[in-house]
Amino acid sequence: MSALGVETAGAGERGGPSRPRPRRRMLALAGFALPVLLAVLWEIAVKAGLANGRLMPPPSVVGRTLWGLAASGELLTHAIATLWRVAAGFGLGAAAGTLLGAVTGALPVARGLLDPTLQALRAIPSIAWVPLFILWLGIFEASKVALIAVGVFFPVYLGVAAAIQGIDRKIVEVGRVFRLGRLAMVRRVLLPAILPDWITALRSGLGLGFMFVVAAEIMGASEGLGYLLVDGQQLGRPDTIIAAIISFAVLGKLADGLLVALTRPVLAWQDTARDKL
Amino acid sequence: MLSFETLSKTYTDGTQALSAVTVDVAPGEILALVGGSGCGKTTLLRLIAGLDRPSAGRIILNDETITVPRADVGVIFQEPRLFPWLSVAENVGFGLSHLSAFEREGLVTNALVRVGLAGHDGRWPRELSGGQQQRVAIARALVTRPKLLLMDEPFSALDATTRASLHGHLLALWAESRPTMVMVTHDVEEAVTLADRIVVMQPKPGRIFDEFDNPLARPRDRLSPAFDAAKRDVLRSLDRSLRDEAPHQQKTAETAGMWW
Repeated sequence: MSALGVETAGAGERGGPSRPRPRRRMLALAGFALPVLLAVLWEIAVKAGLANGRLMPPPSVVGRTLWGLAASGELLTHAIATLWRVAAGFGLGAAAGTLLGAVTGALPVARGLLDPTLQALRAIPSIAWVPLFILWLGIFEASKVALIAVGVFFPVYLGVAAAIQGIDRKIVEVGRVFRLGRLAMVRRVLLPAILPDWITALRSGLGLGFMFVVAAEIMGASEGLGYLLVDGQQLGRPDTIIAAIISFAVLGKLADGLLVALTRPVLAWQDTARDKL
Repeated sequence: MLSFETLSKTYTDGTQALSAVTVDVAPGEILALVGGSGCGKTTLLRLIAGLDRPSAGRIILNDETITVPRADVGVIFQEPRLFPWLSVAENVGFGLSHLSAFEREGLVTNALVRVGLAGHDGRWPRELSGGQQQRVAIARALVTRPKLLLMDEPFSALDATTRASLHGHLLALWAESRPTMVMVTHDVEEAVTLADRIVVMQPKPGRIFDEFDNPLARPRDRLSPAFDAAKRDVLRSLDRSLRDEAPHQQKTAETAGMWW
């Protein structure tokens, strides 16, 4: 049998077309331009006597405080405490959100049974759970982790449920043609199909996890970046508060970057415009 | 043997898509279903595939009634419907998960060679042209060696050149194991090129209007007068079906002796 001539594919090798790396690096650096400019302007304003910098200390003072905290090992202790809480809460919330989102997304009976209650619970401001969690779980770690898990749960749950309900019927039909059972359909078709949305939901959940860890640590902790915030407030040290805020921003960005980096290989198949924009 | 016995389909909104369709398809036969929009061609194909259930009547394949998708029935859809997260080879081997990796790899490689995509194993579907993607879909459907192959306008989105190439490929693959094939098409030339028998359907509700046996020997010369005459007869029947006239299979002087 004669084979048709092999057409050349339009795009490059597997893994996508090569990226214009220097341009990407420039764009990444451009993101620092605005905050650096504002910091420099504020430093000049304080140095020139245009502002006293008491409530909003200049970058040099914040830098010194950060350096002091880092050199003493205090910053690392607080950062590890915060990260541990976020990791535990994120793990629990993401697992529960994924499981329940998948179940309610895929099974109409489960959706009818569970979704109205979960949506009602979602409408409760998460901070409102704090007194109850403290009563139930005590003032120590468990209540903090539970609060973070609640914060992470809802975006993950909503994202997974919506993604499953939005899966292309035509793709599912191919699975049916190949007579996939319910479990095989979930494993081989539904889960891969929702992977991009799931990862987006996880990123949203992680962001909320960092928001909720602040609330959890403010409500009573002896260590953690949230504790550092409260400590700065009580001691009248805005530089400590800003140092803690900066640490939160850096940790949040690093955690999100890690999540993106870890999940990028499993999304290599996506036909996105990311590299063209 | 594939048989549809007084097959009817009425949807829940009351739309009657098919009414008492009865057809027998011989083993190894290629049957083309043609007809205007809404005449139930795709509905019929979905019923045969086991993706929908008939409201009345039944479909029998080798003495067994079809109610759900079966391992020995392959389907090629209008769109390639490849899984974007699987490589070309993984897509082709999707229905072979019961085999060992070694056996699967051999069959997949062979199937890709057959459709002219040797060396494309590791590519993502997004890296292929529309014609290449449809070839992967053909390979995926045929690699399991189905006894019955269903095709729902599989070439309609392709340009004429690619379509002609794929016709040749499909016929070559069909010749290897001679599965029974039922195809839906809007393209009368495609039907005359590929099919042994052409069934013209009529809409509202979908039913059989006319049937033609295709006596043209393969390979078929699309430029021959006999091919042209066959095409014209089917087109004439299609026109009548849309005007709601009687089938009226009267031979024209031109086609007599060539088509019937």
